[in-house]
Parts: sequence; C-alpha cells; structure tokens
Amino acid sequence: MKDYGTAVATAETVEVTTSSDVVNARQVVRTLAQRGGLPLVHQTKLVTAASELGRNMLIYGGGGVVRAALVADSGRSGVYVEFRDQGPGIPDIETAMQDGWTSGSGLGLGLSGAKRLVDEFDIATGEGGTTVRIVKWGR
Amino acid sequence: MAAESSTHLLVETLAANRDTFLDQWIRVVGGDLQGRLSTAELGRELGELYDSILAAVTEGGLDGRAEQFDEARSLLIELSRSRARQGFTPTETARSVFALKEVLEPALATDEQGARTYLQFARLLDDLALLTTEAYIRTREEIISSQAEQLLELSTPVVKLWDGVVGVPLVGTLDSARTQVVMEKLLQTLVDSDSTHAIIDITGVPTVDTQVAQHLLKTVVAARMMGAQCIISGIRPQIAQTIVALGIEFGDIPTNSSLADALRQALTEIARDAEDDVKGLL
Repeated sequence: MKDYGTAVATAETVEVTTSSDVVNARQVVRTLAQRGGLPLVHQTKLVTAASELGRNMLIYGGGGVVRAALVADSGRSGVYVEFRDQGPGIPDIETAMQDGWTSGSGLGLGLSGAKRLVDEFDIATGEGGTTVRIVKWGR
Repeated sequence: MAAESSTHLLVETLAANRDTFLDQWIRVVGGDLQGRLSTAELGRELGELYDSILAAVTEGGLDGRAEQFDEARSLLIELSRSRARQGFTPTETARSVFALKEVLEPALATDEQGARTYLQFARLLDDLALLTTEAYIRTREEIISSQAEQLLELSTPVVKLWDGVVGVPLVGTLDSARTQVVMEKLLQTLVDSDSTHAIIDITGVPTVDTQVAQHLLKTVVAARMMGAQCIISGIRPQIAQTIVALGIEFGDIPTNSSLADALRQALTEIARDAEDDVKGLL
C-alpha cells in the first residue's frame, strides 16, 4: 500500500478510549467521505469499516488514535483512515483475518469484513501495538 | 504574629462594614448576571455566604480547606448547583466569589498591612471560587448523564402497528445498553399486547456493523423464544451491500426494505395462521 504519511499531517484526529469515541470517529470519517464526494454506498462501506476497526482497537488494543484525511491519486479522490493502538498486538494475523474467527465474543467478521469493504487495506502488528490503514476511493 | 494581625484586621473590616460590602457585592454580581437572578434571591445567597465566611475567618484563619469553612463550602456548592441548573456559565459562577475581592480592595489596600491582608483574603477567595467551578462541572455532568439516560428511554419506543403486530422503530446508534432497553421493552410489549409478530425497523440506524447486527440477532432470538416472529425492515440499498460485503448472515430472519412490506408480510402470516386454526377446528 502506498504511503499516505503526508496526508496524515493534515488529518483529523480522534482519540478512542470509550465506545462513544468510536461513534465520534465514525462521524469524522462520514463527514470526510461526504466532503470527498464518495457515492453513498462507498460512504456507508467506509464508515462501517471504520466502525469495525475502531471498535476492534478499543476492545482488543485498549483504545488508540484514529486519523482520517482526504487523499488524491491520479485524478480520483478518496479517504484515508489510520487506526493506531499500543495494545498487545495480534499474535496470529493469518487466523485473525479469517471469517468467523474471534478471540472475543463478536461475530468474527470485523477485520476480514472491513478488508472487503475498502479498496486498500494494510495491517502491521507487533508487540508495540497494531496499526491498520485503509483507503476507500471515490469511483 | 503578622498572620494573626492580618486575620484580626480582616475580621474587623468585614464585620464593621458588613452591610456596605454586602450591598456592593450584590451590585457587582447582579451587574454580571444582568438581571437573570432577582436581587432578593441574590441578596439572600450572598448574605448567607458572607456571614459564613466571616464566621469561619473569625474562628480560625484563612485556610479555605479547613474545617471552619465547611458551612461556607456547602453554601458555595449549593450556589454552584443552582447556577449550573439555571444555565449560567462557569465564569459567571466563579465571578460571584471573585467579585468580593473587588469590593474589599479599596477598603483594605490603603497601607502595607492592609495590602498583605487583602492578598491573603484573595488567596482564600481563589480557593473558594475553584470549588464553585468544580461543583458546577460536577452538576453539569450529572445533568448530562441523566439526559443520556432519558434519551435512551425516549428513543426506543415499541408501538402497536396492528392486532398482533408490534413495531420497533430504531433511530441512531445501537450499542449494548440500548439493545438491552429495546429487548426488554419489546419482550414485555409482546406479552402485554399478546402479539405474534414484531417488526424491527432500522431505517434510522445510519451504520449497521457487526456489533449492531449481533445485537439485532440476539433481540430476534429472544423474541422467537417467546413464540413471536421477527421481521427486520428498513434495509436501505447501501446497507444491504455493506452487510453482504461484511459477510453478516441474517440466516432465516425475514428482512424487508420498507416497513409497509414488512407489515404486509406479517398480516399475511397472521391470516394464514388463522385459516389453519379454523381448519384444525373442523
């Protein structure tokens, strides 16, 4: 996945420590998606993915930071969202990305489902925490 | 020695000029609040406060956290609470205390001894004003959490749509706390209204993620255990596509795009059940 580090400099930041922060982060992402002119279906998919990843970060990573920004690439515009936590990391990422697998009490579709909902998906995990970066493009 | 004589001077000044100071204090605070509080009420509040501060200073010095100030502190907390409820700002609330400084300044800051006394008294008032801000914020937090609770109750009505059919129009975010309220209300209404069908309408739910889906599924399973059929309606096109991409399966739970379709389906089922009943009797 391309590095969108420059975009993050101007990003909107939401600290996620409670479940109402997840709702806030979702609102920020939705507003950006609307501003970026994403069609309604894409908006909904992106916001849902952000909701899944934000809640994962809260439940399994003990909270973290969500950064979201508008990005442009070869004439199309999209929304970049980054989820960074300082949690224990995911021990077995291959298993965690499988449908229906969960270490908690959810449906086990959060990570794998979120990946299907967006155009670009990148996950880096280790003992220092987990970072998920996603991009959803306009058309 | 110096501290004692300061206290002494302060007590003397406060006691001797009580009515003048109180008058000025009420005028300054009243000016700040711009008539949103009656002078009589303000006079009573500040009068009580003035007397309790004076009594506390007389008894034992200028430490706002000391035991002698218990009464003054509880008066202040009460004042802050009522200000917070009436919609005054925290600045206006704290200014009610700070204004006493302005009143005392010309009377005390005439010589060195007086100035020192004034500074010590100012420190005491700073402590007390901080207390009002703290009490103010605590009250606001109480108000917010009670409103959140009210909202939770308000936003989850269960309505009777037809004989034997109840509807649950969901609006907003569906978290665990709300699901619990919805589920309890729905199950109770099913019993009370003797209904066989429940329609859960999610037109007003902007985001259906796995958590929302899981909560919906739990509610449906609970209703089924009570012998009621559940239909989920209000699935908009973008939500349908998102649910499919996420991989959520609603299994054999019937879903519909509109509440009207869901109601028609429920009524059809009820009619069919009634027909079966008649046949069974014959």
